[in-house]
Amino acid sequence: MRFVSLAAAGLLALSLTACTAGKEAPPSLGAQPKATTSGTGPAAAALPAATLELWHGFSTDVETKAFEEAVAGFTKKFPQIKVTTKKGIQDDQITQAIRGGKAPDVAASFTTDNVAQWCKSGAFQDLTPVIEQDGIDLTVLPAASRAYTEFEGKRCTMPLLADAYGLYYNKALMKGEQPPKTLSELTELTKKLTVRDADGNIEVAGFVPSFQYYENSPSHLGPMVGARWYNDDGTSAIGSDPAWKQLLRWQKELVDWYGYDKLEKFRKGLGDEWGAEHPFFRGKIAMVLDGEWRNAMIANDPVAKELDYGTAPLPVADDQPELYGSGFTAGTVIGVPRGAEHPRHAWELVKHLTTDTESLVTLSNALRNVPTTQAAMEHPDLARDDNFATFLDIFAHPKTSTLPPNVNSVLNQDAFSTFLIQWEKGAVEDLDAGLAGVDKRINDKLKLAGG
Amino acid sequence: MMVSPRVAPAPRRWRGEGGRALLWLSPWIVGVAVFFVYPLLSTVYFSFHRYDLFTLEFIGLDNYRYAFSDARVLQSALNTLWLVVFMVPAQVLFALGVAQLLTKLKSGGGLLRTIFYLPSLVPMVAGTVAFVYLLNPATGPVNQLLARFGITGPDWFGSAAWAKPSLTLLALWGAGNAIMIFLAALLDVPKHLYEAAAIDGAGAWRQFRSVTLPVISPVLMFSAVTGVIYAVQYFTQAMIASRVASGATDSAGTTFTPGYPDGSLLTLPQHLFHTGFRDWSMGLASVHALLLFVVAMLFTLVLLRQFSRAEVVS
Repeated sequence: MRFVSLAAAGLLALSLTACTAGKEAPPSLGAQPKATTSGTGPAAAALPAATLELWHGFSTDVETKAFEEAVAGFTKKFPQIKVTTKKGIQDDQITQAIRGGKAPDVAASFTTDNVAQWCKSGAFQDLTPVIEQDGIDLTVLPAASRAYTEFEGKRCTMPLLADAYGLYYNKALMKGEQPPKTLSELTELTKKLTVRDADGNIEVAGFVPSFQYYENSPSHLGPMVGARWYNDDGTSAIGSDPAWKQLLRWQKELVDWYGYDKLEKFRKGLGDEWGAEHPFFRGKIAMVLDGEWRNAMIANDPVAKELDYGTAPLPVADDQPELYGSGFTAGTVIGVPRGAEHPRHAWELVKHLTTDTESLVTLSNALRNVPTTQAAMEHPDLARDDNFATFLDIFAHPKTSTLPPNVNSVLNQDAFSTFLIQWEKGAVEDLDAGLAGVDKRINDKLKLAGG
Repeated sequence: MMVSPRVAPAPRRWRGEGGRALLWLSPWIVGVAVFFVYPLLSTVYFSFHRYDLFTLEFIGLDNYRYAFSDARVLQSALNTLWLVVFMVPAQVLFALGVAQLLTKLKSGGGLLRTIFYLPSLVPMVAGTVAFVYLLNPATGPVNQLLARFGITGPDWFGSAAWAKPSLTLLALWGAGNAIMIFLAALLDVPKHLYEAAAIDGAGAWRQFRSVTLPVISPVLMFSAVTGVIYAVQYFTQAMIASRVASGATDSAGTTFTPGYPDGSLLTLPQHLFHTGFRDWSMGLASVHALLLFVVAMLFTLVLLRQFSRAEVVS
């Protein structure tokens, strides 16, 4: 019996340990005194020596080298602080580490999908107190960047580098035509540039309108018509915003012109988005929607680097010419998780990586992503060729938008994308009813999540 | 004078033996308690809560109501059921058939055993990616080969109708372990039983039905039960095939919708995973987990009952 009691006690202890893991009160930002502003003066030296752990998602040699260089700029400024980095980290690893009480001091994520949950649950610390303490003016960031890094007034992340989306066009395939500025022009040009064989199979596509094609997500295409995802109360605006219907009807008309089956056959035969067989590299598509990072991929591909191509903002709805020049943006976010051992030091590192102009320019030049601050975008050292400059302008455009953070961000995108596949294949008879169904799915889940 | 009845020392001995038994069983008891009972009770507990891994709030039956009205739950459950009903029997029959053939070979058996077993050594993800490339409707060698014979190949992983049969092909290709188990069982069937049956005039089919099947029935049951449990938990191949065939990635403003094409490869464990680890709805994911547990238990119980009945009859 003594053994049974011991075993029971052991189990209870184990259960309690498991239940309370990660619940110890860690030091938090803002609770500590301000140690420094910036620079290498006495204030910087006021922070005690420490070793920070930084987790990020960069994985290739070029990316990690560039990131290490940016971090080296920080350790030069704060020689008493050592930073160890861990590459290739995914969001769920960050979440698990925070929950397990083994959070890194600083964590970065490639997507903005989890920002709302991280902010809402307190998994990442609210940076507002230290931002105010340090007098950082966030208006140096475009509104869209500010939007995707905070949730319901809690700024728990900062934008590290941004992605902006525009139109790439193959000059040889354009046959002397200029890139389209409106959806009508895009339709017209697509029909003109598409080449088919005798059986009607597509050999070269002017533009692939399928929502299933690589970067053609509703988030990326929505800004062409100024479409909104959410109402002010967080419920879905997809069914009630006429802009989505305008986009969908335009898209379906073009899909039908190709013939859904022909377009699907063509799409499924295309190469890997991230490999050398990318259809834009191989001259199979004249115009594609893509991010600014495609410039670097083209430059680094032994065959594609010879490609004569141009970039332009995405064409916009004919009745909203003021949108031309804008687009979609999102990007890498970085913050201080709950339970960080050295939150004050961590904030200094976050601050350096996200607001230090030299650091941002270094990173941007190496990774060919858009730097987020106005000063970095205007810096003379920023490599700015015409094709890349297009995306800097898109990023800075006042009407450029993002996918606003939402506690069900992934599910909401899934719900809409699932519907769009049905739509483009012609399985939806009533568009209004279909979009109302998307709204319902999103709103029901929002209610369940307590939103 | 009253003689008090003699008290047998048995209970004391029992206590000593019981204690020792418990001691020897303790690793198992601790294992079951920590890795089964505790997680199961936690899952039930969380299923009544809104739980995002950080905050916990009691919401009664809301997660259950949502789960049972969610079309994706029904779709994923039906997909899982399809795998149980079609893929498992196909795999068992294929493995048994191949093993039976291997026992009949006079020469080259070793080479063929190696050939059939090798695919099961290929890592699951690599094998699935290779299959998706082989079956690519436009550039894959399978459809190109079919085209040479004037046959238009299907869309395989790109078609909702063909996606699960394509996964079944993948399962058959990787059935090496089951083949080896059946082969061992078939080789264990006593030869004299076949000789006796032959003397009684039994043909090949009759010998298989009346001699082979009864003798290997425990192995068949093992194969069917583990196959069903495996199918109910089917995750990696469906997820990888779906992701590779869709060409979708997770980057800024894009997200992979599991189950491509048209949700046909969305299995219940995938839906559970996405609900818990992508949507942060651990309470709802707990409901999915309980549903999965109940389904797996039901299938296993039905199979066990069927096999016991078959054993009694034989």
